[in-house]
Formats: sequence, C-alpha cells, structure tokens
Amino acid sequence: MIINHPLLGPRDSEEFVYLGSTDLINRPTNWEEEASAEDFYQYQYIRENIAGDHQELWYHEQGDQSWLVVTRNTLTHEITNVELAQDVSRAMGRGK
Amino acid sequence: MSQTNRIKGGLINQNKTITFTFNGQILRGYEGDTLASALLANNKHLVGRSFKYHRPRGIVTVGSEEPNAIMEIGNGAYKEPNTRATVTQIYNGLEARSQNHRGPLGFDLMAITDFFSPMLSAGFYYKTFMWPKAFWEKVYEPAIRNSAGLGTLSTEPDPDTYDKGFRYCDILIIGAGASGLSAALTAASSGAKVILADEDFLMGGRLNSEKAKVDEIAGSKWAKNAVAKLGAMDNVTLMSDTTIFGVYDHGIYGALENRSSESRVDSNKPRQVNWRIYAKRSILCAGAIERSIAFGNNDRPGIMLAGAVRAYMNRFGVATGKKVTVYTNNNDGWQTAKDLRIKGVDVVAVIDSRSISRVMSIQGAEIFMGTDVVDTKGRRRLKSIQLSNGKTIDTDSLAVSGGWNPNLHLTCHHRGIPKWNEEIASFIPDRSTPPGMSVAGRAKGTMALSDAIQEGHDLGTSVAAELGYKAKNLKAASTPVVSYKIEAKWGVPSGKNRAWVDFQNDVTAKDVKLANQEGFKSVEHVKRYTTLGMATDQGKTANVLGIGIMAENMDQTMEETGTTIFRPPYSPVAVGAFAGRRRGMEFYPTRYTPSHKWSEEQGAVFVEVGMWYRSQWFPQPGETHWRQSVDREVIQTRSSVGICDVTTLGKIDIKGSDVSEFLNKVYVNAFAKLPVGKTRYGLMLREDGMAMDDGTTARLAEDHFVMTTTTANAVSVYRHLQFCHQVLWPDLDVHMISVTEQYAQYAVAGPNSRKLLEKIVDPEHDISNEAFPFMGAGAITVCDGIPARLFRISFSGELAYEIAVPTRYGDSLMRAMMEAGKEFDVVPYGTEALGVMRIEKGHAAGPELNGQTSAYDLGMGGMVSGKKDFIGYKLGLREELQRNDRMQMVGFKPVNKDDLVEKGHSMAGAHLLNLRDEPTTENDQGWISSSIYSPMLGCYIGLGFIKDGLNRKGEFVRAVDLVRNSDIEVEICSPHFYDPEGGRLRD
Repeated sequence: MIINHPLLGPRDSEEFVYLGSTDLINRPTNWEEEASAEDFYQYQYIRENIAGDHQELWYHEQGDQSWLVVTRNTLTHEITNVELAQDVSRAMGRGK
Repeated sequence: MSQTNRIKGGLINQNKTITFTFNGQILRGYEGDTLASALLANNKHLVGRSFKYHRPRGIVTVGSEEPNAIMEIGNGAYKEPNTRATVTQIYNGLEARSQNHRGPLGFDLMAITDFFSPMLSAGFYYKTFMWPKAFWEKVYEPAIRNSAGLGTLSTEPDPDTYDKGFRYCDILIIGAGASGLSAALTAASSGAKVILADEDFLMGGRLNSEKAKVDEIAGSKWAKNAVAKLGAMDNVTLMSDTTIFGVYDHGIYGALENRSSESRVDSNKPRQVNWRIYAKRSILCAGAIERSIAFGNNDRPGIMLAGAVRAYMNRFGVATGKKVTVYTNNNDGWQTAKDLRIKGVDVVAVIDSRSISRVMSIQGAEIFMGTDVVDTKGRRRLKSIQLSNGKTIDTDSLAVSGGWNPNLHLTCHHRGIPKWNEEIASFIPDRSTPPGMSVAGRAKGTMALSDAIQEGHDLGTSVAAELGYKAKNLKAASTPVVSYKIEAKWGVPSGKNRAWVDFQNDVTAKDVKLANQEGFKSVEHVKRYTTLGMATDQGKTANVLGIGIMAENMDQTMEETGTTIFRPPYSPVAVGAFAGRRRGMEFYPTRYTPSHKWSEEQGAVFVEVGMWYRSQWFPQPGETHWRQSVDREVIQTRSSVGICDVTTLGKIDIKGSDVSEFLNKVYVNAFAKLPVGKTRYGLMLREDGMAMDDGTTARLAEDHFVMTTTTANAVSVYRHLQFCHQVLWPDLDVHMISVTEQYAQYAVAGPNSRKLLEKIVDPEHDISNEAFPFMGAGAITVCDGIPARLFRISFSGELAYEIAVPTRYGDSLMRAMMEAGKEFDVVPYGTEALGVMRIEKGHAAGPELNGQTSAYDLGMGGMVSGKKDFIGYKLGLREELQRNDRMQMVGFKPVNKDDLVEKGHSMAGAHLLNLRDEPTTENDQGWISSSIYSPMLGCYIGLGFIKDGLNRKGEFVRAVDLVRNSDIEVEICSPHFYDPEGGRLRD
C-alpha cells in the first residue's frame, strides 16, 4: 500500500507501523470517577468491526515518527484521507 | 544425434549450436531454443511421468502454463526442481532430468500405479488411508510421498544470489505482444514514463509464433522493429524475461526478472531480481492461453495444444511429428493445419467437433466435421487416434484446440470475478479489475488480431491522457482481419477410457463427475477434493475445461459454476527471490556497540540481544566452563569493581516545559517532583494494567530529561511515548528523540567504582558520596574535557554508576577505565554476570515483564500512585488484577543448598507445586521465571511467580522440572537475596 503522508508525500506502507482504530484517541479523562472503569474498558477493548471506511492510526516509524490518521476502506484498501494525528486529536478537543 | 524434427526457419540462430544433456544423453539445439523446443527438435516427446499414475507425458504447451514438461535443472546445490522446460532457455552445459519416475524414464517401475487407477479416484486418500490411525505417519504417508510427487530438492543451501529492486513509472504495460507493443508505442509517444514487461525472453508474444503479417511485414519482424524503437526512447524501460506475478494495492506490482544467463557467468550477480514496480496505471495485454478437450487418453506424449504445435514450427523451426492431425472446436485450430502445410509437414486429418462446413481446405488432409476424437493409442508416444465415427487414423502428433482463454489472472488479484462470454466460449474480465488497470487484446477477449492491435493502440493514448500526457497521432498497425469462431466443447464421452482435465495433478473428467455426485457443488470444493488446478501450473490450461465439465454435470451455466479465486503469484516464484540479499547474517541488521572491538580483543563470548551483539562473558586462561568465568566476574565486581557495556539500553532525550507532567502520565510512580540532578526508577504499564517496561529517568535540567528503557523494548517504548504525546496529549510541551545510538554507556559497579571513576573524571567535578549521592545524575567531563553524563544508579546492588559519553568516545573510554582500574583488579563483566547480580537483588527483567504481570504481581504495588491518572491506572485496578491468588513474584531457594549443583542446571522453567501434589496442570501453583547459580549464596536461586506468593514467604513447595527431570523442595522467600537492606549501594 501507499500512504500519502501529509508532510512527506506518498510513502510505502512498509515504512509504517499499524496500531488500530482512532477510537484510541478518545482516552477517557474521568479517571477520578468510580464509574469510569466501564469507560476505560470500552476504550481499551471495544471496537466496531467496520466493513468500509475505517479511520486508523499508523506510525511512520522509518520516517519522521509522526502518528497519522489514515482513512482506509477495509474492503478495497482504498485510502481516501491522511492527516497528522496531532491535528486530529486537537480538533477532537484534546490538549494537555 | 541429429535434430531429426528440425526444419528450416524460425526465430532461432541455426548457425549457433548449443549442447546440453537430458537424462545424461548429450543433445544439441540452437541459440534461441527453449529446452522444450530443443527436446522436440530431437524428437523427444516423452519428457516426464505424471504425478499420481506415472503416466508417460510429453510437452503440451509453449509457455509458462506448461503442466507436463517440468524438470530438474542443474546439479548439486544448484539443482532446481519443477522447472518448466517451455520457458527455460538452453545454454551450453545445461543438465536437465525428467522427474517422478523410478528407473529409466521409458520404463518407470512405478507405472504400475496406472493399473490400479480405478482405485485411485478423487478423494481416494481421504477414503482409504483412514485406518488404522497409527499407520498414517509410519506407513501410508511415506509410501504415498515416495510414489507421488514432483522433483526433489538439493537439500543444500541455495548458492544463487537473488536481489530486490524498485522501479517507478506512469504506465506499466504487461505483455509485449501485438496489443502490448501497440499500447507501448502510443503511450511512450506521449512522453509518459513507460515500463513494458514480458515473461518471454523474446518480446513479441504470439506474433513470434504466427505467420500473420503486420503492416505488410512478418509479425515477428514488426514486433522486433517496435521493440527497437521503444528501446531507443529514454522514457521507456523494457523488461523482457520478466513476469508480473502479482497486483498489489495502490498500483504496486510484483515482477520477477530472470537473469540466469548473467549469473551463470558471474555468481555475484543475481539469478533473479524481484522488482517492486510502482505504476500510476497499467495496461494488461497478457494474451490468451489455449485449453484442451477431455477425450479418452488425451494425455499421451505427442498430443499437444494446436497453438503450441504452430509456435514450435513457426518460431523454433521444429515439426512436432511426421504425420500430424488436428482436433479443434474453433477456427484457430485450422490455422495450425494451414501453417504446417506451408512448411511442407504432412497433415493427415483435421477433425472439427462442430457440425458446420469446413473452414478451409487443407491439402492432403482428410476433413471430419461434427466428429470427435474418442481414444488414442501409443504408450510412450502417440501412434493413432480413434474418431467418434469409428475410424482410426495413424498419427504421431495430434494438435488439439479447445479454444483460447483470456489470460485474465492479474485482473482478479483484487477479488475480481470474471464473467462468461458465450461468443468466445470463455471467461473475460469484468469491470472489477484492480484500480488503475485497463485490459486490451486477447486478455480482454478480443480475439481478432486486428481488433487487439487497435485496442492496445487506443488504450496507450487514452491512459496517457488520463495522466495528462498527449500521445502523438500515430496510426495503428494494420493486419488482415481473421475471425475467430468457436463452439464450446468440454468432455467427449470416452467409455472406460480416462479423459484428463488437469495433466499435472492427474485429474480426469471422471474424478470431477465423482466429486459432483458425492455432493461437491462449489467450484472451490471440487478443486480441493479433486486437486484440480492445485499443481504448480495452478491449472492454467485445465481450470476452464474443468469448470465446463462441472457445468455439464450439474446442468448449470458457466456463470453459475464460476471460477475459483485467483491469487498471486501468477507463476511460481522461488522463495530466494522474496528473501533477496536478506539471508544468513544479512537477514536483519547487526548492531555492534562502540567498544565491540575491545570486547573481541578480550576474547568475549557474544550473545545476540535484539539485533545487538553483547558480551556474554569474558573467558580467562584456564577457565573451561562458562560458569567459572561468570562466577569470577560476579565475585570480583562485588568485592572490588567491574565494568559492563550497557550501551544497548534504549535512551530517549526529552525536553520541554511539560516533561515532568508527561512522565507522570506514562509511569506508575510520581515524577512531577523529581529534582534536577536526580534519577528515578520508573515502571510503565500498558493501558490494560500490565507491566510494559521499566528503566530510569534522570533530570539534567529543569526542562531536560533523559530516559532509559530495556534493550528489547527501546523501539516500542519510544513509539508508545510518541503516541502518548502526539495522539493523547498533543499540547504538552514535550520534544523527544531517541539517542540510543548517540551515546556509549557503561555500568561501573563495585565498592571501588568511585575510586576508579575519580581517576578519569576531571577534577572540577566532585563525585564524592556527599556531592554525588545515590540516584544522583549530572553532566560532567572526563579525560580532559570529554563531555559525559554520570548517573549513580545500580542494577547490581553495589555502589555503582552508569557513565555515558558520545558514541565516538566509547571505545577509548572503555580502554581508559580498564587502565585506570588496574590497581583495583577491575573486571569486565558480561550479560550473564549482569543477570546473576540482578537476580541476587530481585530485580524483574524480561522473563518477569512477560505481558501478563501487573505492578502488583511484580511486588511493586506500593510504587503505584493513587493520586494521578497514568497509562494503565484505571484498568490496573480491575478486581481480577487485584486478587491475592494471582501469581505474584517472589524468590525461591532450595531447602538443600546442594540441590541441582551436581546436575549443573538451574530451576528456570520449573513448575511449582504444593509438597504432596501430583505434577498435573490442575495442581500447578506457578513457575520459576529466572534462575541462576549465586556465587554469593553458594546455591541456585530463582525468581518466579506463585499463587498468593507475597503472603506465603517461608512456605515450602516443590519445583518440578519434567524436561530435565528434577524435583526439589524450595522455600518461598523475598526476591531480595543479597544485601536486602541496600546498604551497599548507598555507601
């Protein structure tokens, strides 16, 4: 596969390490609440098994070491969008 | 022996003779011959025995689809089995041997199998060798393997060299026949970067095998001119003898280039190159593959496909027989008869299964319309054929054409499903070809040459235009219009005689029928039950025929029956080509630390850790056993001073105003208040609460930290930290970089370590206990101004330091410290002594951080902060992870100190049982994860995990090792065996 890195242009997927769904961005922040155990459980283990466009995290290990959010169709492997995970994370409201 | 079947002409060089051997017999051919054409020129039709029945078999095709003519080529380590004679170019000294027979090829002792054939139908193995079970491994399997099979391996390492390469282009054109060349000419005229690849060593495709004229000249000549024209263009790369074997995602194509002729001259040159071609677009012009018809005994040597007979004559100047017959269901088969006549070869009969008027008249030949071949005679070579009208005809060469199948394999590599086309009675590609791929010519089902040329010509222009290139206004090559007409013909009723569908795997029409009768309806199931299409040729000539027979058996359409799934590789690829240069030591990188040479000079024994070579121990003269070296290194370190190379630990330099907050989020323990000039031990968890890695982090300045990780996890911890920063907390002011390779680092341990270091640390730096206490850290200089970092940390439990210098000084620092330490009797120690000392001190390492152990399990529950969120905090609190009866890490020592000493092995791997319990899985209480002989305690000791271990100290259990046959009583104890109060490291 070829991943079109937003900063570096098209790169072979061999340079990357795959992690998984972008669900992993939404790490719960309510750790002090008793009930957050369920939220953390959902965060860690529960995933949609998507047949279609899947947003997933890739790490450019043999490149600039950036984490990317790649939108890949799990049926065709077509990649329609690639963004820096840092930007996506910020847009989702994450900060410090 | 002369080449009795050779006739004049062809695209070979009849002035250049080449000598080779077949089964030891010296034969001659010409430059440009394949092994198959040269064998046929020498009237060798019988070239092998079949897989299951050991039937005599001959050459059937002229290309990579060949099912029968597979040979062992070469000798010794160079021997390569299952090589297709039809694609192997001959060279002087080539040694070829036929496969799968015992005794001579002409009299195979295993041919008796053929007489038992009624017993050997589809599913035979499944049904027969069921009982008794014990016989399978010892009797049945070896016997079957011995009698069935392909060539044999040399069993020696492959001495050839393989390479990998990468190429980029705008348009990849697959196949350099009439359509491919036409596409290349227009595409290349646009200025687009074009790669033209063809599996044949001679480009031109079927033009080299046909008499058709193109632009008023011989087709082969036209092809040669076109190739020359393309070869002269800077934007064109020609890759002959190169098979595109797979279509991968996003325009990536696997291509295997055969360079045997070059590697035979220079063994450093690769025999094959596995190219990865990145193409924006591709045009598939792979032509078509002819199929046979399933009639009785259709597998005898001398029975070939009609297109192959024609190719051997036109391209290679070989007549396949003296009295040839043709059996066809389409117009193209007649072309073979016509071409043979032009060359003066006798054609005795043309048999056409269609009830139509004759297609053309063939001089001297009897014509039978609406007639089939039902049986043949001749054991080692065809002698005669019998027709459905009862007539018998003497013939030594039968050319069969059951029609042409578009070669659409590559169009289906992304799960494309071909569709049926009634007009050409074959499958054609549907629209679901891989993105970026277009198809032209016969591969698309365009059977007339003139149309195929036009299609390639037009696609070359339009595909270039898609990429923004404008092709020149060229004229497509002209050729006479010849129509292709066919009426599907699959099986011919053949009575008791077997009609072969898949030659290579010996699958007959009857086998297919039996499978259908037994309830196998899906084409995928029939394939696996009968093994149809599962041989090395992957059924290139057999599959469509098999599907046709299935459709007839089940009275359904071809579309309903469907094809099996096509997968890469298109044709066999040697494993060596995938490995390329990555063999042996080159399998992955080898990493040496800066003082590796020094260690070598000391005679160190090395061990591979990750990709690093680390000194395991340093044998001294007189030491005959590794334990002697290791015990000495431990004792000398603990009594004076030792030095260990710890360069391989992961090192991460972290800067920014939020680093302490960041560290708080990734470590279980608090880091926010770590003062400048101090180091702290930290434990990292995964989000699920399991220990991931441990190490130390030092604060060199308010906003500057340096972290160490274990050697094995250096890469994954760094990746994890980047994830935490970029993905989870993007606004933290944190910047990090791995500096593992930038610093050489050494542990200097033992009561005299400070005295040693004081001799090399520049005098302005005070490293006394008061100025540089336990867990101190700071930047210093050594040996007159060399920058260094000093950390007062201890893995050994002794007064100890780790000192880091820029990599380029590593070797000299090691030598300087050894020199300075002479007066203290300094000793270098390796990873074994390191391990002994860490187990004596009860430090967890790799065997304990196995991904199933929590901070609590490791006895580090007290370190876990409850006042902050960190990775693994919440899920680490789960009830299951807090249970007391989980396996917890503790120490184990033998009740009898001498236990195992004589046997000389440790407790590692032993399972723990309550004293009177039987050693069964249900009674398992835990296991010993790390164990060594402790020279300080004078016995074996171990770290391990046992249920509720933290509450069971003082209890006695059994350590049972069923592998090494030991069973000893051990006491559960604290893991801190040596200096449990830790006084030594604070001195």
